[in-house]
Amino acid sequence: MKKLAVVINPKDNVATAVQDLKKGQEVIVDLHGKTDNVSLLSNVPFGHKFALEDIELGKEVIKYGEIIGRTTQTIKRGEHVHVHNFESLRGRGDWGEEGK
Amino acid sequence: MKILGYVRPDGKVGIRNHILVIPSSVCASEVAMRIASHVEGAVALPNQHGCCQVGADLDLTAKTLIGLGKNPNVAAVLVVGLGCEGIPTEKVAEEIAKTGKKVEYIIIQDCGGTLKAEEIGTRIVRNMAQEVVLLKREEVDISNLIYSVECGGSDTTSGLASNPVAGYVSDKIVDLGGTSMFSETTEIIGAEHLLARRAVNEEVAKKLLDIVSRCEEKAKTMGVDMRGGQPTPGNIEGGISTIEEKSLGCIYKGGTKPVQGVLEYAEEPNGKGLYVMDTPGQDIESITGMTAGGSQIVVFTTGRGTPTGSPIAPVIKITANPETYQKMIDNIDFYAGTIVEGDETIKDVGERLFKELIEVCNGKLTKAEALKHREFGMYKLISTF
Repeated sequence: MKKLAVVINPKDNVATAVQDLKKGQEVIVDLHGKTDNVSLLSNVPFGHKFALEDIELGKEVIKYGEIIGRTTQTIKRGEHVHVHNFESLRGRGDWGEEGK
Repeated sequence: MKILGYVRPDGKVGIRNHILVIPSSVCASEVAMRIASHVEGAVALPNQHGCCQVGADLDLTAKTLIGLGKNPNVAAVLVVGLGCEGIPTEKVAEEIAKTGKKVEYIIIQDCGGTLKAEEIGTRIVRNMAQEVVLLKREEVDISNLIYSVECGGSDTTSGLASNPVAGYVSDKIVDLGGTSMFSETTEIIGAEHLLARRAVNEEVAKKLLDIVSRCEEKAKTMGVDMRGGQPTPGNIEGGISTIEEKSLGCIYKGGTKPVQGVLEYAEEPNGKGLYVMDTPGQDIESITGMTAGGSQIVVFTTGRGTPTGSPIAPVIKITANPETYQKMIDNIDFYAGTIVEGDETIKDVGERLFKELIEVCNGKLTKAEALKHREFGMYKLISTF
């Protein structure tokens, strides 16, 4: 069977779809040793991410074992994770000197 | 490990045998293009700058033009000046001539206008063309190679497969005694701590962190959110959400070797091993910088697909996105998607790419070369006066 999604680093809280995935689909992901079965709450296009666990508002999104941004709303396990629900923490000239 | 290259008078090795027509300024670009169009094996740089620049910005343009002329893929050079531009035509020619290669220059105002300059220039370049074809490829060690990696039109497959594959080849070239470089400072933001840990010493680590913070500050001083331009709309559509995510995927293209140094734009590395060059994330300006720094061959990883080539270096385009590979097959040389699909490892695909790279070094044309893709753009420090 073709792989549906990959988790790059064991610390990651998101997986990357390597097929176009549909809402309601059950996706088996390899968590570097153990497997997990995630039920998708939204469509996730090829190359996009979904959450492996619930991520609270203002918490970090982890991919490649590193921080890739912070949530702007609570994200549920199985939900599409993208620019609509988390944001970059870098290069934010719009935040002014103090940052946020 | 051997490749077949052209050994230049200064001992450097080229894998192509171009005659380069360099306009000192935008005012000479049209004449330079016309001259090159008349002669087999000649290529002109469509220079958009070179006049009404000051200080470090003027110096950088001169350094870039000189660096491209010195690149060992170039066998002979004609520099074409208008006569009144800020870039000193004669000096550019003199600097390039230090490599020992054949260099001449003409001044359009001294020749007496377009037609006369075109005639005189074409005759010079024609003579060069008749000579340079007599140069023969020789067997030389692969350690003469300066490999560079570019990534553009990225999507998440870039970080999953094509960048790690380009990085594998980078590691291999470094292990074989060669030099490798990668660039695009913007796309190190969020991953600089990982690269800094690989710096050979404190000074290099500090320089690396400095160029990244300078780049980030630039966005901040403009009071803008970098997300307006980075990641690009195409990156976002491809699934990359933030600059941090893009950068973490990006730096795989630099492999895993220690970082020997941080180069200024268009600066030549002064040793072997892996280097980082401080360039913008814009592909064309980045490739121009690395080829001006002496790189003879570029591997370009892409997710969305791009036609980009270079006037003087073969550019090998690779993607790991199956749809892009199908759609952009006219531009993409190499497929790395088997890693994403789970059919091959990074090492398997890396070895295949290395084999392809050797063939291209030895003379196989990339698709960008065959289609005469010669994109050219120079990084500038400030706007023109």
